[in-house]
Amino acid sequence: MGTKRHFRVWRGDDSGGDIQDYDVEVNDGEVVLDIIHRLQATQTPDLACRWNCKAGKCGSCSMEINGMPRLGCMTRMSTFEETETVTITPLRTFPVIRDLVTDVSFNYEKARETPAFAPPVGVAPGEYRMQQVDVERSQEFRKCIECFLCQNTCHVVRDHDENKPAFSGPRYFIRAAELDMHPLDDREDRKEYAQAKQGLGYCNITKCCTEVCPEHIKITDNAIIPMKERVVDRRYDPLVWLGRKIFRRDQLDEPAYTPAPAHSAGSSVPSVHTEGTPFTSGRRGEGAPVRDDGRMDVAELALPTQGGPSPFGDQEFPLPPGHLNYDPPAHD
Amino acid sequence: MHKWYYVDDYHYLTPFYSPCITDRCVAGSAEFGTPLPKFWLIPEAAFTLPFLLLFRLTCYYYRKAYYRAFWLSPPACAVPDAHQKYTGETRFPLIFQNIHRYAFYAAGIISLINTWDAIRAFHSGDGFGFGLGNIVLVGNVVMLWLYTLSCHSCRHIAGGRLKHFSAHPVRYRFWTFVSKLNTRHMMLAWITLGTLALTDFYVMAVAADWFPDLRFVG
Ligand code: SF4
Ligand code: SF4
Ligand code: FES
Ligand code: FES
Repeated sequence: MGTKRHFRVWRGDDSGGDIQDYDVEVNDGEVVLDIIHRLQATQTPDLACRWNCKAGKCGSCSMEINGMPRLGCMTRMSTFEETETVTITPLRTFPVIRDLVTDVSFNYEKARETPAFAPPVGVAPGEYRMQQVDVERSQEFRKCIECFLCQNTCHVVRDHDENKPAFSGPRYFIRAAELDMHPLDDREDRKEYAQAKQGLGYCNITKCCTEVCPEHIKITDNAIIPMKERVVDRRYDPLVWLGRKIFRRDQLDEPAYTPAPAHSAGSSVPSVHTEGTPFTSGRRGEGAPVRDDGRMDVAELALPTQGGPSPFGDQEFPLPPGHLNYDPPAHD
Repeated sequence: MHKWYYVDDYHYLTPFYSPCITDRCVAGSAEFGTPLPKFWLIPEAAFTLPFLLLFRLTCYYYRKAYYRAFWLSPPACAVPDAHQKYTGETRFPLIFQNIHRYAFYAAGIISLINTWDAIRAFHSGDGFGFGLGNIVLVGNVVMLWLYTLSCHSCRHIAGGRLKHFSAHPVRYRFWTFVSKLNTRHMMLAWITLGTLALTDFYVMAVAADWFPDLRFVG
């Protein structure tokens, strides 16, 4: 049998709101998300909250529990005292939509601005070969579940909305590092990009992102500091500069991939779409399909395809170039 | 000040005065000559002390510590920082944190010099000598090396900058080793602060005859 415990939950929408008090039953083995569900089932059927997997793998249920950014589904009630009041508020860095649901589109915009994987020239998809030691470092960053807790915690944007345009945030620093360390990625300018366009310099390596990451990615030690060091290589290191002058070569600039002679068809490094943000190769945001008059159809059923295009039947291959979010290499 | 930094009998030199290069340095302590005049503003180790300070000041770990503790940006995670505006390390003066690489190279050289001092200390007076001071000096040098090698810049130079570990097996192993040390960088940062202070204190105390060095040999 459960006990009644005291909870305070922020209720409101983009026009404002406040913290309200609830007494809710708590049972053994429950997590904070269970309590929210019980609230929805009993006292507040209209309490809004995002969730999906309840297993710490979808990254939907990010919220702030007693002031700390956490996943609701991974925060056990047993970590609190019986008599402790648990305060639940929405993510602070992003605008509130309603109750615990925030508008995290900032992150998707930053994702779109981050240059995508640049395939090596002259290697067809399916012919990519990599060794485990080479991809190991990048793989750590693939564990990211995009909960955006790190983005929310980072003090660069948390209390400084004005920094948002210039700063991509830790989640996209690990993306940049992942691709810069990727053995087959063909872009050479990720370091410059990270410094100039992602705002790597704003980070003062105080490691809060690492502290809150539910996937325990060593964001600061393994991605941000290595990226800062790579920037230093390019701009500030005396020996590298000297080495370039004297030997006219540098390890740094080793090509990502030496194309096999048979595949020398490709041209140079793939160019990028430069619409909008310079450097970006990402697609612009896509709205739902609209009719000729620019309005949406009343019912989705009336559209030629329901939902997004899926590879099962309603999509032609190869995809039209405008639908790719990377630049395919030329090959025949 | 400017005294008790060197024990002539046992050839102990405190790391803060090494290498001793002003005219004030007594004969035995100045292993590398005395190119600088004596002037109260010039520290005995004028060539190394500034770099030693710079190394720690720009260290990624110390940066984290003092940004949080003194700069209050942020005082703690998810706590509002106390600033109207925040530009991080994007502009003057904090952009100079990027010179950590230079400081690291310097710190490598300084560690070499300190190693030399620790070795020289086994040669006291007329032959081999071994005392508690030697253990202190060697312990300090070992810790200094561990701290210096665990530096993030070192990790990067050792192999972090490579795209293909498979093509550089030796550097990959070195990188793996440094990475292991690197996870303990914070601990090493504090330990070396302690060993440096302890070594300095020990040499000072012996030089000032507060207590005699415990000798095992010689
Ligand atoms: S380490 Fe950098 S990116 Fe991470 S929270 Fe701190 S300032 Fe933000
Ligand atoms: S890096 Fe960690 S905290 Fe950041 S979005 Fe990914 S999983 Fe969440
Ligand atoms: S519900 Fe999926 S991470 Fe919490
Ligand atoms: S000495 Fe701490 S990171 Fe280099």
